[in-house]
Amino acid sequence: MTKEIRLAKKKRRNQKIAFGLFSLISYAVVAILFVILAFIVIKGIGVISWEFISAMPSNGMTEGGIYPAIIGTLCLVLVSMVFAFPVGVLAAIYMNEYVKEGWPKKIIKQMTNNLAGVPSIVFGLFGMSLFVNKMGFGDSILAGGLTLGLLVLPIVIRTTEESLKAVDDTFRQASFGLGASKWETTSKIVFPIAFPNIITGLILSIGRVSGETAPILFTVAAYFLPKLPTSIFDQAMALPYHLYVIATSGTNIEASRAMAYGTALILIIIVLISNLLANALRKYYGKKVKMN
Amino acid sequence: MHKIESKNVNFYYGENQALHDISLSMKTNTVTALIGPSGCGKSTYLRLLNRMNDLIDNTQMSGSILIDGNDIYAKNTNVDDLRKNVGMVFQKPNPFPKTIYENVAYGLRVNGITDKKLIEERVITSIEQVALWDEVKDKLKKSAFELSGGQQQRLCIARALAIKPSVLLMDEPTSALDPISTSKIEELIYELKNKYTIVIVTHNMQQAGRISDTTAFFYMGELIEHDTTKTIFTKPAIKQTEDYITGRFG
Repeated sequence: MTKEIRLAKKKRRNQKIAFGLFSLISYAVVAILFVILAFIVIKGIGVISWEFISAMPSNGMTEGGIYPAIIGTLCLVLVSMVFAFPVGVLAAIYMNEYVKEGWPKKIIKQMTNNLAGVPSIVFGLFGMSLFVNKMGFGDSILAGGLTLGLLVLPIVIRTTEESLKAVDDTFRQASFGLGASKWETTSKIVFPIAFPNIITGLILSIGRVSGETAPILFTVAAYFLPKLPTSIFDQAMALPYHLYVIATSGTNIEASRAMAYGTALILIIIVLISNLLANALRKYYGKKVKMN
Repeated sequence: MHKIESKNVNFYYGENQALHDISLSMKTNTVTALIGPSGCGKSTYLRLLNRMNDLIDNTQMSGSILIDGNDIYAKNTNVDDLRKNVGMVFQKPNPFPKTIYENVAYGLRVNGITDKKLIEERVITSIEQVALWDEVKDKLKKSAFELSGGQQQRLCIARALAIKPSVLLMDEPTSALDPISTSKIEELIYELKNKYTIVIVTHNMQQAGRISDTTAFFYMGELIEHDTTKTIFTKPAIKQTEDYITGRFG
């Protein structure tokens, strides 16, 4: 009897230790995130002003603002999404709704996963040789946006596929059962149900695209441009590259240190805002989808 | 003549034979209950009747199934037309993420009906047929998800009826519902029998006893016995059937 009690006590103690450890680790992860954020906010908040986000850089990028870099990054996000979102979503629909199970599908899936694992600098090189040189776009928003689009294509495809898979099969069967075609079933039933989740892919991609440096290095990013881009064939500044420049190879690194943190902060804020927007969009469609 | 007539049907999922030599016929405007333990093939058989199993990759079927004398697995069969004629109701209520009205109108729209008046007329008739009209007439433009489970299931039946099938397949239509909703669906099935030939898979013996005219007992992919429900439940010819019905196994 006492032996059993002792055993039970021991079990309970072990469980407590294990749970304690797990919760410690989870809090540690959150804490690290907050430390990083706090660090950037504290170091960067001082330079944030209306001028900082609305003015051109001046005096060798040690003064003025980062307006062209913000605009450049927004343009890159837009171009890459206009490319990657429809292409990725259509590819995923085809893969999930049309292709039969079998080895061709397995290979395509494996390739998509491999694509997601390719280092971003390789995408940069590829984008340079294909879009900049071969297709003759030159260093431009178009070339950089397309390169970034390729980079996030696997994310869009994978999240879309997961969202489509999560749609209960009986919805498809009920639609087919009423004599609907595959296309009607996919476009009128399956896609609207999956859409709110597909937007998650969009959120992840926007975050990734606005922060990537390597793919834009050889395809679009300018060290310094005193004017805004006027078309998608223009070069542009971009936040992550601008950050790299003023932190490592500017004219006066010490003088622009605070601005580097300010730039990082703006970058984080842009990602945060786009996440919030996309989340709101997802909620809105989540409600609307039940109503139309 | 029989409404549905299957002869020597075999069905395989890959290497796995799910149905063995099923020959089973059903008369017009009757309710046939398919009973048997899980995995016995009754749902698989049901899904052969509107070729829903076509959607599953790597399956094979042999034998023939005739509906109104036409082989539904013949090469010249139009599957869409077949499915219009053979409606289906699923285990879990699965209304589309649309309004109540659009749920019922969907089947009409995908079949090319554009006349608004005709659509409205059919939607109303169908909802009335499932005795749901009084409950939803003021919220036709609201989401179907706002209805209770039992109401959703009746809406799904209305959705199937809207395109005027002559056969209705039901795959355990009440297993996810409470007793009151269940009895409403059962009453409905009893009503619908006058106009439709109904095949229903059920795990509920009492339900089979209450609503069906004939009962088919499946076991391990074989049709063990098919007779009037009264005979199956009172003096089955085969011992396995009796054992299952009296709850000795399954």
